[in-house]
Amino acid sequence: MNQHPHGWGRPRDDVYGAYDSSYLNSTQPVTHTQRPIVTGTSVLGVKFQDGVIIAADNIASYGSLARYDNVERLLQVGTHTVVGAGGDMSDMQYLHLLLDNLLIKEQYPADDHHLHAPQVHSYISRVLYQRRNKFDPLWNSILTAGADPNTSEPFLSYVDLRGTTFSAPALATGFGAHLAVPILRRHVPDEAAVKDLTREDAEKLVDECMKVLWYRDARSGVTYSWSVITKEGVETGSKKIENQSWKFAEMIKGYGAQNI
Amino acid sequence: MGGFDFSNHTRNAALMASGMPAPKATSTGTTIVGCLFDGGVVIAADTRATSGSVVADKNCEKLHYISPHIWCAGAGTAADTEFTTAIISSNLELHALSTGRKPRVVTCMTMLKQHLFKYQGHIGAYLVVAGCDPTGSHLYTVHAHGSTDRLPYVTMGSGSLAAMSVFETQWKKGIDRDGAVKLCSDAILAGIFNDLGSGSNVDVCVITPEKATLMRNYLTPNVRAPKELKYKFEKGTTAVLQEKLISKDELRRYITVTEVDAEGETTLTTDVMQVDA
Amino acid sequence: MASSYLLPHAQHAPHAHPTASSQPRQHHWSPYTENGGVILGIAGKDYVIIAGDTRSSEGYNINTRTARKIFQLGSGIILGVVGMSADGEELARKVARKIDDYKRNHDKHITVSAAAVMLSRTLYQKRFFPYYCQPLLGGLDENGVGAIYTYDYVGSFEREQSRAFGSAAALITPFLDNQINLKNQFVPGSNGEEPRTPGDMPRDLVEKIVKDAFSSAVERQIEVGDGLQMVTVTRAPPRAEEEEATVEDDDEWTGSTISETLSPLKQD
Repeated sequence: MNQHPHGWGRPRDDVYGAYDSSYLNSTQPVTHTQRPIVTGTSVLGVKFQDGVIIAADNIASYGSLARYDNVERLLQVGTHTVVGAGGDMSDMQYLHLLLDNLLIKEQYPADDHHLHAPQVHSYISRVLYQRRNKFDPLWNSILTAGADPNTSEPFLSYVDLRGTTFSAPALATGFGAHLAVPILRRHVPDEAAVKDLTREDAEKLVDECMKVLWYRDARSGVTYSWSVITKEGVETGSKKIENQSWKFAEMIKGYGAQNI
Repeated sequence: MGGFDFSNHTRNAALMASGMPAPKATSTGTTIVGCLFDGGVVIAADTRATSGSVVADKNCEKLHYISPHIWCAGAGTAADTEFTTAIISSNLELHALSTGRKPRVVTCMTMLKQHLFKYQGHIGAYLVVAGCDPTGSHLYTVHAHGSTDRLPYVTMGSGSLAAMSVFETQWKKGIDRDGAVKLCSDAILAGIFNDLGSGSNVDVCVITPEKATLMRNYLTPNVRAPKELKYKFEKGTTAVLQEKLISKDELRRYITVTEVDAEGETTLTTDVMQVDA
Repeated sequence: MASSYLLPHAQHAPHAHPTASSQPRQHHWSPYTENGGVILGIAGKDYVIIAGDTRSSEGYNINTRTARKIFQLGSGIILGVVGMSADGEELARKVARKIDDYKRNHDKHITVSAAAVMLSRTLYQKRFFPYYCQPLLGGLDENGVGAIYTYDYVGSFEREQSRAFGSAAALITPFLDNQINLKNQFVPGSNGEEPRTPGDMPRDLVEKIVKDAFSSAVERQIEVGDGLQMVTVTRAPPRAEEEEATVEDDDEWTGSTISETLSPLKQD
């Protein structure tokens, strides 16, 4: 018997060999767990006084290869919602299919019934949580951004492949959670600060964050899509990162003792 | 010969194979940064040390002295950063004595990387080396595996990305001393508030050719909130189960009594200390 | 004797897994994650408090500083959950739904003790793919006395006076033993004859103890911080400063008042 406190009462592995549990696996359960193949990197979102802005670059990577450079990772859902996805691109496109079907199913214009960001976020989070329960996750981190058409109250929420959800005045997925969120939180630490942030400032903030990600995230791209959602609806565009500076270390030579 | 003692290695491997968890070293989860400016260099660090998710030290020192004009910020395993900087500090002093010259930052960096490379990453020291010498002001990073880098601004540790986001948005060429101190402390603050491995206070060290100025607890943005209640127990809350009185005369049997006279001069009493049987 | 019988097994041991190496290696993915935080429940003579911090984290990252861990389930019952937030929120939704169903089916409010059993069953139903969270259920019992029910994540439960769950439970539990349960303390002057008796603590004193427990946990647990959410169930009418409190006046067996306060904690 194993007298060690951590294995007390069990047969000792070094004497009797490891427990043969192979008979338990004679009929293995169906498992689907795959891995991401073609992936997108960060998505950013910031609330401002009368809406929300969301942005994602256009790169889809295949491992460390920048395989596609014109991928749209933002999807408008209905009139006042935009969904941005990072992670596996095929899973994202499947989710886009689900959302398209959902929108058709839930469209009752005569009733003035529309799906808005909270409902869309709720739907996506249920899909992702159910898929994780089936051990067959949709490998994505998703931001849902929107504004209420009547009150212009901004909405911004996160959900990932395990169904974990949360919201904050500023959010980012992937590498952005490490690099962009500290910048965003400095400007909008809480909901009160959202009221003081103008659309112009929010756009500048996102530009700044996308530039930092371009500098430091090896899977990022130089062009990105953005969407601004206010009570008027969705405005969408594309941008290239301007005023880049790569000359910060001009006077530096080498990595150590080198001088010439 | 010096070096490490591996005599417990086989025993420990056997213990771990039988399910005993490996002991947890104190690590400095850490945000550390450095920034060159016109006429010198600044390094800064947070002051949280962690053991897993528990805060081991709320106000530890991560800025280590190397020589009068070279200081080092350390991240990684606390013991490794302390011993590595101490041994290189010692060797650099001997080197300076034998050459009769002031130690150079590049020498310090080379000694560190050769020491760390020898141990193939098993010494978990991640360092920012900064200092001034006759060849100018210098700033390096040294990784545990022995690679080095040389840049105008650097960050390391678990909060390095949060700190780098500050440098990438705020750093400008030709920054002055005050600007560099502000930038470095802002970068540390970004780590403190966004990275769980970093916290508490900001330590800063400014090094110029004239002198190094250590500003311990330069910022203290995390003072503990005052407690709502006083936690004093009334006398008698703990039961007295047994009482034994020792008179003052008997006291000399247990301890050495030192008489202190008015002038503060001490005279050691010649009583021989005895242990009670 | 025993060893001679068993030794042949040891010789076979290296071949214990004939198929292990021929199996295709599965890409490692865990359906579980840990979002940190701590919750704490204390039951009083005519009130019950569940408090929790509002930080949600993953690894060394802060997801948000404003995540609530305590939920009002209806019928004067509150639930605190800590662990994996996705599972915790799912559990809260599910139990809230069942409490609502109960009310509609039986035209009366569920009792806390019945809800406690129901939560236990809900957890055990997922015995082989458990909810990765530790729940604290709170409410007032049939006599209006505060009740805290504590669970492990597969449904074993008991009623307790006070309990802390989560990443700072090891820090808060001894504080609770000392300040709420008055363990190993005697009435001064009784010379160790009469232990101090717990219970009967006024609500505002307990609230102060809760605040101190959290502000102290923040000092030593990196996953705890940002804000303190405190939810209280009483039969008393809401206090002047709590006009926002929900009064469940359609309660037939008790006039439960649920009040919620948010206060700041350190953010580092």
